[in-house]
Amino acid sequence: MIETAFSQLFQTLLVVMLAPLMLGWINNCRAWLQNKSAPGLMQPYRTLRKLFHKDAVLAHNASSLFRVAPYLIFGCMVLAASIVPVVETNLPFAYVADAIALVGVFALARVFMALAAMDVGTAFGSLGARREMLVAFLAEPALLMVLFTPALISQSTSLNTMIETLAQREFAIYPSLAFAAVAFVMVLLAENARIPIDNPATHLELTMIHEAMILEYSARHLALMEWAAALKLMIYCAIGIALFMPWGIAAAGNWPLLPLATFVLVAKLLVAGGGLALLETVSAKMRIFRAPEFLGMAFLLGVLGMLTHFLLER
Amino acid sequence: MNLPLSAQLINLMAALLLLIAFAMLSQRRILSLIYLFAWQGAVLSANTLIVAWTTGQTHLYYSALITLALKVIALPWLLHRLIIRLNIKWDVETLINIPITMLIGIALVIFSFNLALPISQWAETITRGTLGIAIASVLLSFLMMITRRKAVPQVIGFLAMENGLFFAATSTTYGMPMVVELGIALDVLVGTFIFGIFFFQIRETFDSLDIRNLEKLKED
Repeated sequence: MIETAFSQLFQTLLVVMLAPLMLGWINNCRAWLQNKSAPGLMQPYRTLRKLFHKDAVLAHNASSLFRVAPYLIFGCMVLAASIVPVVETNLPFAYVADAIALVGVFALARVFMALAAMDVGTAFGSLGARREMLVAFLAEPALLMVLFTPALISQSTSLNTMIETLAQREFAIYPSLAFAAVAFVMVLLAENARIPIDNPATHLELTMIHEAMILEYSARHLALMEWAAALKLMIYCAIGIALFMPWGIAAAGNWPLLPLATFVLVAKLLVAGGGLALLETVSAKMRIFRAPEFLGMAFLLGVLGMLTHFLLER
Repeated sequence: MNLPLSAQLINLMAALLLLIAFAMLSQRRILSLIYLFAWQGAVLSANTLIVAWTTGQTHLYYSALITLALKVIALPWLLHRLIIRLNIKWDVETLINIPITMLIGIALVIFSFNLALPISQWAETITRGTLGIAIASVLLSFLMMITRRKAVPQVIGFLAMENGLFFAATSTTYGMPMVVELGIALDVLVGTFIFGIFFFQIRETFDSLDIRNLEKLKED
């Protein structure tokens, strides 16, 4: 009991602490690919430290919701980080929520983010919130469809069972999982404000979505918001890794396997981050009104994955 | 699911074919459409090769070769030359907007999968599972022909439909007899030539490749 609690704590801390590093790695890869000088792997940590040391400035008409939202959003992301089996399966938190509830946790964080953005009443905040909601309400069904394909293969919506089934099966080509994986990457890009949908590095009012929402935040609130965004990206990568390349994950309380599992995870995250940076480099930012088409495509691929599962794999 | 590796590969090819059919449906540029058509031919050829290797049907090797020569090299090259000669660089215009076309596409896929399931239960070929995808890609190409306004995408849709039919033949009965296949290949090649001449005629008469012009019977 104590042991599983410890491994739960280890995993959650690992994900929370590694998240800025992952972001730094992606930014570095992007800089290398675009012939810029890289900011350094530790840059997100430095930014966070700087922000935590500053004094917070709040707008006069900010309500308490505005102040609570960063903690709530960060809390949601930490909860999600505990639910997803990243290095180990069978963690105590894994039984708290299945894949659908996990999507709900993300939705909760998103709702509070949009509310907080509209709270101060600046034009940018509500603009960002509206755009975020446009993207999110299209991305969410696509994400659910993506998660249903492995759920159908493993006959369960619990992430734990899914990953155990997928990790322990003998090697077979699942066309349905290939469809789901492509759709998942598209949803990941959209949900984490990455390039075809949103540019995380810009403050141009015509294009920004995520940055517009957190424009009013400063100091520790901003730090929590940015950390939460990094965590979300990390969790999405972890879900993708767990579902589509689940090899090397350890069972709960299996301490000897834990270092190996962590090592494998870090290697996979490095590859995933590099791939993400490459994708972002080769694609151009879309017009905002093209986003429905992009996400419609993701939804379609998710549905096709399910359909091919029924046709070919039963 | 305990299928041999070859069957898994065939299923993968079938899934790729379906993916390409949808990509064609959503494509706005004519040039990308031609590349996608070439890719579809390549997947088809690879699939025929795998079926030939697994079942030991020698005539399928020839048909894979014909597919490769005709649908990956000759026809895309011909179409490419045509659109350069016609100097068309516009985006493809669609009658219905693309997300709705996609939704209709999903409905077609569900329909054809349902249609194929009872049929493929009686089949004994290694490729029986893929019949649904073959029907789906025929219907999707048909949908593409219906929803496009200009002549060139319609012709590509027609050729893609032939690809789907070929795939259906391979998956249900391990391909048609050699004579039939050669005949079809020749028909498609000649058909594309004739379409090419048509394009020039249509454009010369109407100054546009819009098919709606053909619906008018009288000069105003």
